[in-house]
Amino acid sequence: MALDSKTPNGSVADKWTNHKNKINLVNPANKRNIDVIVVGTGLAGGSAAATLAELGYNVKAFCFQDSPRRAHSIAAQGGINAAKNYQGDGDSSYRLFYDTVKGGDYRAREANVYRLAELSANIIDQCVAQGVPLAREYGGLLDNRSFGGVLVSRTFYAKGQTGQQLLLGAYSAMNRQIGRGKIKMYNRHEMLDLVKVDGKARGIIARDLVTGAIERHSAHAVVIASGGYGNVFFLSTNAMGSNATAAWKVHKKGAYFANPCYTQIHPTCIPVSGDHQSKLTLMSESLRNDGRIWVPKNIEDAQAIREGRLKPTQLKEEDRDYYLERRYPSFGNLVPRDVASRAAKERCDAGYGVNKTGEAVYLDFASAIMRYGKEQANIKGLNADDDALVKKLGTEVIANKYGNLFQMYEKIVDENPYETPMMIYPAVHYTMGGVWVDYNLMTTVEGCYAIGEANFSDHGANRLGASALMQGLADGYFVLPYTIGDYLAQDIRTGKISTDLPEFEEAEKNVRTQLERFINNNGTHSVDYFHKRLGKIMWNKVGMARNAQGLNEAIEEIAALREEFYNDVKVPGTMDGFNQELEKAMRVADFLELGELFAKDALHRNESCGGHFREEYQTEEGEAQRDDENFAYVAAWEYKGKPSDAVLHKEELEFNDVKLVQRSYK
Amino acid sequence: MNLTLKIWRQKNAQDKGKMVDYQISDVSGDMSFLEMLDVLNEDLNNKGEEPVAFDHDCREGICGMCSLFINGEAHGPDRGVTTCQLHMRKFKDGDTIYIEPFRAKAFPVIKDLVVDRTAFDRIQHAGGFISVNTSGNTQDANAIPIEKDNADKAFDAATCIGCGACVASCKNASAMLFVSAKVSQFALLPQGQVEATDRVLNMVSKMDEEGFGACTNTGACEVECPKGISLENIARMNREYLVASLK
Ligand SMILES: Cc1cc2nc3c(=O)[nH]c(=O)nc-3n(C[C@H](O)[C@H](O)[C@H](O)COP(=O)(O)OP(=O)(O)OC[C@H]3O[C@@H](n4cnc5c(N)ncnc54)[C@H](O)[C@@H]3O)c2cc1C
Ligand code: SF4
Ligand code: FES
Repeated sequence: MALDSKTPNGSVADKWTNHKNKINLVNPANKRNIDVIVVGTGLAGGSAAATLAELGYNVKAFCFQDSPRRAHSIAAQGGINAAKNYQGDGDSSYRLFYDTVKGGDYRAREANVYRLAELSANIIDQCVAQGVPLAREYGGLLDNRSFGGVLVSRTFYAKGQTGQQLLLGAYSAMNRQIGRGKIKMYNRHEMLDLVKVDGKARGIIARDLVTGAIERHSAHAVVIASGGYGNVFFLSTNAMGSNATAAWKVHKKGAYFANPCYTQIHPTCIPVSGDHQSKLTLMSESLRNDGRIWVPKNIEDAQAIREGRLKPTQLKEEDRDYYLERRYPSFGNLVPRDVASRAAKERCDAGYGVNKTGEAVYLDFASAIMRYGKEQANIKGLNADDDALVKKLGTEVIANKYGNLFQMYEKIVDENPYETPMMIYPAVHYTMGGVWVDYNLMTTVEGCYAIGEANFSDHGANRLGASALMQGLADGYFVLPYTIGDYLAQDIRTGKISTDLPEFEEAEKNVRTQLERFINNNGTHSVDYFHKRLGKIMWNKVGMARNAQGLNEAIEEIAALREEFYNDVKVPGTMDGFNQELEKAMRVADFLELGELFAKDALHRNESCGGHFREEYQTEEGEAQRDDENFAYVAAWEYKGKPSDAVLHKEELEFNDVKLVQRSYK
Repeated sequence: MNLTLKIWRQKNAQDKGKMVDYQISDVSGDMSFLEMLDVLNEDLNNKGEEPVAFDHDCREGICGMCSLFINGEAHGPDRGVTTCQLHMRKFKDGDTIYIEPFRAKAFPVIKDLVVDRTAFDRIQHAGGFISVNTSGNTQDANAIPIEKDNADKAFDAATCIGCGACVASCKNASAMLFVSAKVSQFALLPQGQVEATDRVLNMVSKMDEEGFGACTNTGACEVECPKGISLENIARMNREYLVASLK
């Protein structure tokens, strides 16, 4: 099938308005006769479910947690971008569009990104109207902060809990519709397959995680809003339950999966401390505004630190290597995430890591503390040469800005970051790849849509901070509710779709067979055992830097591991009740396929771009080398039985409104 | 560290349930409490026994999914943290640790340590929202300035993670702290005023209907709340309720 992005004609700024004016509408009286299933109730699914219900559709929403309020979106810390230009610093839809396309290393669809930028301002209005308490200034107006990689202040936030507050806003909009009976909410339910009738998505098979019952649910359209697949690495900053099953199952039913290798690695996470580790914790990016990143200059010092013979605070200034400031004098510690992450790995690989495992660098606030302290002493007319006093005053300033993060660090690491530099290391954070969708957010399966982190659409290869939340809400509140009408307009006479159709029967049977297989397998190892091994392969060979040899090895190893998993996994308990190991088994089974496609995608992309870094394709200075001539396309994979047989389809990207230039942060 | 764990095991809601002893060794202080349970579960799994079921998701103190009553305290002995943020360095070698589910009539046990907290959701369905259409036709966000102090207080109330520790630690199993946090958030914002009367009346009556107990101002909830939601909110809700009842 040829990929048709259905991007409307006309100038980029008018596309969305023109499109909205032309798409089919469903008469309000008819909406009552149409059912829509929404899988996932994070920012994307929650906002979509609420809006679809409000428009009049009957919505069935599903999430595997006990409440929509707990979806992974709740964990987002930093903020959400919007081109409001409240600060009067020259922001505009165009500028946000431009920054986002450039930040994605020119691997995103222009028209989608423009629409996102255009809708961003509406999101803030909507959330504030819903009672989301975004940060305010003393004058009572909304406050903004600045995020890495851009020159304007356009990030709205609610302390370090922006995702929480935005999600609770969407959740409250859902609650209103649940109370009115327009949304039927299925908590603790997991979608395990998509049902297609006559080539169209017409329902899902879900498992009630409490009773174990396997259920059939029909609808006129199915929306996948199940989040990202970062947990294919086992260790990531994602919530433990985040998984790829819903997205992967629609892929297996014909939805192309795009750019799986685009993964964002976040540079400021708390390093791994041991084998017991279950997940990684992100420390907000904002720390890089004041923290300086370094490792020892001499390898002997690094070794002494690792062995506990030397303290970082004992190392003299001239014995420290502030490698980001050295390599990137203009952006310094504020280079984009992929650049900062790779630079840390490079130093650690060269033997300069500073924790026991050699996989950590320092994030040091000592000079910021002294700088702020001096400033405060001067303001207050105190003795700016009194180091102890200056340090005390500076510590107060830092505590005001980052207190909760410092406290979180101290709880986990058991060291006081005011006294000794923090240790950080990159971790998998966000996946830009996902289910391929057209401009209407429809996948290559008719009637099946994908929104939020589950789709691939707006971020290209290297999402900037604060744009994932924006995309989730734009898709859910403002894009999908329009575009889905265009499709559903044909369905006003269809009537209820029976779940007795043979297609439902067969899908249910397949799900049941897979569940039974796990329960009866009687192998020797737990699900986690396999998941951890998959994670190691992914991190070592498909992680921050990749090369052809490692990728080829990974592809083979993952296929072999998958085989071993099916033969040797042990899932205790039964399938007719609450069984968390069984839930995990079903999820890891899908990761074991996705991981292989991920490596295959990384192998075929013979260039480096943003979050995808192939060691063979770098400039003399070790920076990513894009190949716009040959790779300015979206790689969309069609399922053909095994990941190794997946067939590549290309959506060529056209750039009419931005010029492709090399990103440089020197 | 070597520890003795006394864990509540209960097959399902109908089962009676009992405490079961487990020994665990090689626990490192760097592990979180839930990671310690992961290690125990891996061990049980390898022995062919069913792992202990417990709720969790984000493991960074924000989703409100983790629960656990540890040595008689909701979320364990550390202050201002959830169970996923509690680290084993808070315990000593040789300790015996009691691990039980959050107990309350309105939170029935699903299995082992997992309880059903959807009563919280149902209270929210009864009024925990502002009735505004999600159509994108709202007025500009800066059109109504909000005093910073009120915005900050509304935010503080809004940070409740819905974990239920307040209910579990209250001798009456009251949900006042939770409900008051939501009521306060909207009571402090101009957008929330229009429906204030109905909101507080509906949410409170739903709370009673769900089987939560009355508040007798003992304050145990505030002490155990991982997010520092303050009793001030209960006072604010009581005022709102009084005004609403008089209307
Ligand atoms: C620690 C952290 C910090 C972040 N900070 C920021 C930030 O500051 N700014 C920013 O813009 N972005 C940030 N991000 C990224 C952003 O949070 C996510 O991309 C975004 O929240 C994803 O939203 P979503 O609605 O697509 O998916 P999610 O919120 O992940 O929701 C997925 C939903 O799908 C459900 N689900 C999944 N599978 C199934 C299934 N099979 N059946 C039924 N239900 C299912 C889940 O229950 C859940 O409801 C951060 C991410 C992390 C990890
Ligand atoms: S008030 Fe505190 S203890 Fe109660 S649910 Fe909210 S966060 Fe948990
Ligand atoms: S697991 Fe999310 S708060 Fe503990």
